[in-house]
Amino acid sequence: MRRLGVDSVPIALFIAVFTGAVPMYFVGALVGKTIMMELGPVLTGMALAGRVGASIAAELGTMKVTEQVDALETLAYDRNSYLIVPRVLAATLMFPVVTAFAMSVGVFSGWITAINLLDLSSPDFLKGLKLFYRFKDIWFGLIKSASFGAAVALMGCLRGLDAQAGAAGVGLSTTRAVVLGCEAILVLDAFWALVLL
Amino acid sequence: MIRLQHLTKSFGAKQVLNGLCLEVPDGRNTVVIGGSGSGKSVTLKLIAGLLEPDAGQVEVDGEVVQTMDRSELAALRGRIGYVFQFAALFDSMTVAQNIGLGLVKQGYDEATIARRVEESLAVVELSGTEDRYPAELSGGMRKRVGIARAIALKPRYILYDEPTTGLDPITSAVMDDLMRRTRDLGVTGLVVTHDMRSAFSVGDRIAMLHCGAIRQVGTVEEIQATDDPVVRQFIEGRPGAALPMPAGGSPE
Ligand SMILES: Nc1ncnc2c1ncn2[C@@H]1O[C@H](COP(=O)(O)OP(=O)(O)O)[C@@H](O)[C@H]1O
Ligand SMILES: [Mg+2]
Repeated sequence: MRRLGVDSVPIALFIAVFTGAVPMYFVGALVGKTIMMELGPVLTGMALAGRVGASIAAELGTMKVTEQVDALETLAYDRNSYLIVPRVLAATLMFPVVTAFAMSVGVFSGWITAINLLDLSSPDFLKGLKLFYRFKDIWFGLIKSASFGAAVALMGCLRGLDAQAGAAGVGLSTTRAVVLGCEAILVLDAFWALVLL
Repeated sequence: MIRLQHLTKSFGAKQVLNGLCLEVPDGRNTVVIGGSGSGKSVTLKLIAGLLEPDAGQVEVDGEVVQTMDRSELAALRGRIGYVFQFAALFDSMTVAQNIGLGLVKQGYDEATIARRVEESLAVVELSGTEDRYPAELSGGMRKRVGIARAIALKPRYILYDEPTTGLDPITSAVMDDLMRRTRDLGVTGLVVTHDMRSAFSVGDRIAMLHCGAIRQVGTVEEIQATDDPVVRQFIEGRPGAALPMPAGGSPE
């Protein structure tokens, strides 16, 4: 309890600072920045790692243990170009789209919250949003999420194709794919923080 | 001709094949018999280049599979049809798409593919099922579609992995008949099975896989008259200690 309480002091101060001493329009800037750069891509990525990574691993895992992957190879198809590449490409393209949608919803709800709970006026929120807004921020966020998409799909493919025989093997691969996908997102996020900022 | 030369394969500490040698002559059906887990499927996968041996090599038409590059391997796969134990049909594709997939890869035009799909389905007596999905078919029908998928490529060789396992006697007889008819079309068959009735029915030659190597090869008559106790025990289906021993542990 104490630790929870003590740990909350900085954030409470932080909020106090932003809602009190500093001009209110910083709220808009804060909402915009964090959502575009961090929360949007990372939270969306994690949610999709659960859905997309798991479904890829389950699908390819089932194909592996029922010998459909072997069958594909005996028909002269290459498993990398036929199974992995299209899935990684699709996720690389789709993650940013979903993330962009999440970003707009996030900023919108930030705005609703600000005007209702913080008594902020819409022009002030917008002013803040624009103040520290760089067009680049959105692009950084979207590029990050594209890399998350590639990583999540790749982990799903690799774990799926690695599945051991039996339904339990597929389940295990699916779980591993999700865990690895989330880990990859955190690592990539740190990487982008170093490279882009 | 397919030639298996001194094939050795282990998974971790488990040795599955231990210097296996076998020749598969053209135009005939060779049947490899052996207990469950004796390495029959592994042997087929080594031939098709789906697995790499630890030592030894596979020669198909004088070329060594293990040294092939991508394009040679793709060409090899046009010559070898593979019928999987549980058919391994692609769930998301119709019967026609399953059978045509290999032809698409080999670059045939649509009309040829449609004609070959129809012909192959006629051979396995499943005409009219083109638009069904694998989930809508019975186990026996799926296996026949698996054979249709293999013969659609007009391969020189077909590898059959336990074609009759899990089928009722009548459906098994249908499969046996199909394998004999395919041979009569000039296709060389290599069948692995532990179904002795089927082995004697489709085999021109029979080889017994035991402890990771070929124990005996011979004609159906020779095998039926064998005086090798291990082979006898297997074909007569008698229980005993000698049979499912892992490689290296043979009690002789
Ligand atoms: N990909 C693999 N990884 C690990 N072990 C395997 C693999 N494939 C086969 N094995 C093992 O090799 C042995 C022979 O398998 P297999 O060739 O499938 O037997 P069968 O004669 O019944 O077809 C089995 O004990 C199996 O567990
Ligand atoms: Mg097998």
